[in-house]
Amino acid sequence: MSTNQSLRIFTRALASNETADAPTTTVKMRVTNLNFYYGAFRAVADVSLDVPDRRITAIIGSSGCGKSTLLRTLNRMGDLVPNARVEGDVLLDDESIYAPNVDVVDVRRRVGMVFQRPNPFPKSIYDNVTFGPRLLGVNHRADLDAIVEKSLRAAALWDEVKEKLHESGFALSGGQQQRLCIARALAVEPEVVLMDEPASALDPIATYKIEELMHQLRDEYTIVIVTHNMQQAARASDFTAFMNMNAQRAGTLVEFGPTKEIFTNPHQKETEDYITGRFG
Amino acid sequence: MSQAMSLRASRTRYALRKFINTLMLSLTGLATLFAIIPLVWIVVYITREGGRYLSVDFFTQLPTPVGVPGGGIVNSLVGSLIVVGIACLIAIPISLVAALYVADHPTTPLGVLVRFSTDVLSGVPTIVVGMFAYALVVLPQRHFSALAGSVALAVIMVPPVLRTTEEMLKLVPRNLREGSLALGASNWKTSLQVLLPAALNGIVTGVMLGIARVAGETAPMIFTAFGNPFFNTDLSQPIATLPQTIFVYAISPYQDWHAKAWATAFVLIAAVLGLNIAARLLTWWRTRRLRLA
Ligand SMILES: Nc1ncnc2c1ncn2[C@@H]1O[C@H](COP(=O)(O)OP(=O)(O)OP(=O)(O)O)[C@@H](O)[C@H]1O
Ligand SMILES: [Mg+2]
Repeated sequence: MSTNQSLRIFTRALASNETADAPTTTVKMRVTNLNFYYGAFRAVADVSLDVPDRRITAIIGSSGCGKSTLLRTLNRMGDLVPNARVEGDVLLDDESIYAPNVDVVDVRRRVGMVFQRPNPFPKSIYDNVTFGPRLLGVNHRADLDAIVEKSLRAAALWDEVKEKLHESGFALSGGQQQRLCIARALAVEPEVVLMDEPASALDPIATYKIEELMHQLRDEYTIVIVTHNMQQAARASDFTAFMNMNAQRAGTLVEFGPTKEIFTNPHQKETEDYITGRFG
Repeated sequence: MSQAMSLRASRTRYALRKFINTLMLSLTGLATLFAIIPLVWIVVYITREGGRYLSVDFFTQLPTPVGVPGGGIVNSLVGSLIVVGIACLIAIPISLVAALYVADHPTTPLGVLVRFSTDVLSGVPTIVVGMFAYALVVLPQRHFSALAGSVALAVIMVPPVLRTTEEMLKLVPRNLREGSLALGASNWKTSLQVLLPAALNGIVTGVMLGIARVAGETAPMIFTAFGNPFFNTDLSQPIATLPQTIFVYAISPYQDWHAKAWATAFVLIAAVLGLNIAARLLTWWRTRRLRLA
């Protein structure tokens, strides 16, 4: 497939992306000179990146190049890995989330996360969604009921589960479980939602629903999504970050910009090779 | 050509493989049978020996002196419930919290210490634990007590409950824990509200095994709860328990007391079995409701 041909495919995907011409926006999260080490191994090297407010930012790149690792530094989930270490800084609304006086719990409430594989708790659908709000001290039944409906509607799941809110979250299909996890993340009203390949285990229809959903959420939330699906990145994101491994197998940021530009007019040859399917 | 030959050769070996398979299957079946024979034997024997002495009176009356017909074991029955119940109240929270810590921090000095000491503790003979509770509770109080018995049983119960709970917690998928932390739950809320419920079925089984184990402990009871021919619910006073009653009846020279020993043993075994079945039903029902399986 020639470069031109494959770029044309993305042009078609981009055509369905009405927001591709994103106007300049404010910065919600700023990553500066970030390095992430698993023990002695540097998995992410010197990444700097501005995540725009209320936009969808896609992170693409080959397997093992550090996309998940980078994503997990944005809500300090990387802290959970024993012997892991972060250098550099991540700012949320201009304040460091790695400063010594910062409460990790608070960071994670503001920056929610949806995982690659659906991970509902072994509780009812209702209790899954209310888990976060209850932690925040919401206890009145009426308030919780309202949150459940609002979050499930936002996650485009309400109509499918409204009759069985008190059945187990495990009794849903994979795609429904993933949307339940999105609803659960939205229920605490985070400012940023991180999604690590949220559709990788889903069929095209469920994937489409999740993309549509991201699009609706975009007005209120800043979304960062890791994806292996180029079409999805082209279709659903406003900005795209392309990562690649350097000679030491550490992930670096090769190029970052508006999705349309990355896909139609990449500045780096590496980016062009990757999105057109030519590696090495 | 050579490949065809080897395939043919393997076909002639098929009969041999099948034979060996059947042989091994029979051996494992036989071994299983041997393993359950003692259990069946004990249950059948005790039911036959003890069952015929059972009556309503046996569960509601106090023991009678030698030679006086009738009488029951209500004091031991209630005594065992109290002593084991209090032991559970002491041991279960300690075991669960410690297990949460150890599962979360297996390599910290404290984590290593806890695991090492529970291993050592589970190897200590229970009679020694009884002596320990004697020194700890009975000597300062200057008399035997139900509480001393509970302390001894609690010490015996902690290691198995802690270790099973730890193993069950380790089986909880890591992404459940991460899901909870990502919602801004603190570590202990995650442990209490996500990890424990997710591991609950296994933990309940562990607790049941722990209870079954201590309910039949006799040696430590002799130094601690001591026994009491009268009805007692005061924790600071000596109290009768089922295993200690079996012991007293069984070593006596009287025929009718031997019969009572069998009957008491039957009650003890039935209680432990009933408890286990109840726990299984509970976890089965929960599994079904939450579609965990
Ligand atoms: N917990 C860990 N301990 C040690 N090394 C890790 C750990 N997690 C990831 N790595 C390593 O860090 C590098 C980046 O991993 P990461 O999961 O971020 O890649 P990724 O870009 O998300 O890949 P994929 O697209 O396959 O999900 C890999 O080389 C991986 O082996
Ligand atoms: Mg990944």
